Amino acid sequence: MSELVSEDIKEPHEPALALHVEDLTVSYGDRPALWDIDLDIPPGVMAGIVGPNGAGKSTLLKAILGLVPISAGHVRLFGHPYRMQRRRVGYVPQRSSVDWDFPTSAVDVVTMGLYGELGWLRWPGRSERDRALRALDQVGMEALADRQISELSGGQQQRVFIARALVHKPDILLLDEPMAGVDATTERSIINLLRQLREAGQTVVVVHHDLQTVQKYFDWLVLLNVRLIAAGPRDEVHTAENLRRTYGGQIALLDDNDRPA
Amino acid sequence: MTWLAEPSVAIVLTGVMVGMSAALLGSFLVLRGNSMLADAISHSILFGIALTWLLSGQTSGPLQIAGAALSGVFAVYLIELLTRTQRLRDDAAIGLVFPALFSIGVVLINVYARDVHLDEHTVLLGEIGFVWLDTLAVAGIEVPRATLTMAVMLVIDALFVIAFFKLLKLATFDRDLASALGLAPGFILYAHLTLLSGTAVAAFDAVGVVLFITFVVVPPAAAFLLTRALVPMILLAMFMAALSAPVGYALAILWDVSISGMMALVNGFFLLIAYLLRWWRGVRAGRAEALVQPPPSSSA
Repeated sequence: MSELVSEDIKEPHEPALALHVEDLTVSYGDRPALWDIDLDIPPGVMAGIVGPNGAGKSTLLKAILGLVPISAGHVRLFGHPYRMQRRRVGYVPQRSSVDWDFPTSAVDVVTMGLYGELGWLRWPGRSERDRALRALDQVGMEALADRQISELSGGQQQRVFIARALVHKPDILLLDEPMAGVDATTERSIINLLRQLREAGQTVVVVHHDLQTVQKYFDWLVLLNVRLIAAGPRDEVHTAENLRRTYGGQIALLDDNDRPA
Repeated sequence: MTWLAEPSVAIVLTGVMVGMSAALLGSFLVLRGNSMLADAISHSILFGIALTWLLSGQTSGPLQIAGAALSGVFAVYLIELLTRTQRLRDDAAIGLVFPALFSIGVVLINVYARDVHLDEHTVLLGEIGFVWLDTLAVAGIEVPRATLTMAVMLVIDALFVIAFFKLLKLATFDRDLASALGLAPGFILYAHLTLLSGTAVAAFDAVGVVLFITFVVVPPAAAFLLTRALVPMILLAMFMAALSAPVGYALAILWDVSISGMMALVNGFFLLIAYLLRWWRGVRAGRAEALVQPPPSSSA
């Protein structure tokens, strides 16, 4: 993707930020899914995107990756549009977005993360398999590399997806609800893995659904409900007032007194 | 008369090649959970067949196949357009589009082509029993036209799948990732459906709509139950589809019944065996849940 379509893309715009979203609006039909979002995420943080169902959390990730049409605004990753930065971005979609009965193995799914490098016609070979095995090793799944994916547990499938995003060593990782439907042990191992990646300098952005663990897991927070409610360092953003504005009436169960420490 | 134009050889060979190309492309359709598109495409091409005949006077040949294939792709495009409005689910969109195009095709043929060999009966069941009557001389050898056309389609389909195997697999398994990696899955999926339409048109005279849909959906569904990787699944599906042609033909002669009907039935029998094998494997592994995994699609 070397083609530059307009003048402003040649010049890096906000290159100091891992993610820069400006005036972003996305709509499905006449219903806005995201409305005029301005959002900056600096490199090296572990950011959680939180909000109620239908808040546009997944849509935000898809808009960043160019998977849904954008009505207005723009997105920059390390200063450039996504299509110039594909190699620097790893994407982990929701586990339920694919059919896990598909006849293929764990290592094969991870190798798919390298298809972009291979282009349209080249077949994956020995070296691609080795890289895929290393990525599986990173998530503790190397022993199950040749298992068919339907034989894996939910947590193992999730780790295969994460390995697939890690296989080309991205600088920023976008994960859509990686903790959905996995057991507590797997959740802990996933969060530990993500922390290691952040320690190693990667930027980690996670769509997360569980308010209880938000403070524990993330050092940067994005509160979203179609509009951006608040974004910034966790302790500045995680206030009762902000959460109330994000969740509206649904926040009753979580007010100041019984908020988990 | 050469051995290729021998009625039984021509019939079985044509069936084998229709079956192999349909099962090859059908495997990806079944895995996408989109089997109904086979129904939509193979009915909608009647509109294209009628239209190309009216415009060019041709009922066979590359031009006719390409022209008629476009109507199958047009149907897919209309279905996507309707689905994208988000006022209809895709199954409803399929149900709206293909009967419309099919019925326009039937009306066109009835009004303008009363004396042409196209009729509703041929459309649905085909006339595989008569493929040997229409022959063509290739390098001095008499070859049935339908057999030759299907051989060419099979080669084209196979070359396409081999060249783009990786992309077809990724676009089928995870279309979003294919987009995110910049691999234009929409293009590859439309190319796949265009070839499926072309194959349907080529198979149309010989085997009709119903046997074609059977070949697209049933062998891949049966192979899906028995395999753990994509390449073995596709090869097994093609093998079962190919095997159903001679077996179906022999049984049809034995019991004096419809040849394409019998070929379709043999595929259904393979599906039943695959299901029972899968179930037996599950019982032996002590896993009751083996039964709770239906194939990802329904047969037509």
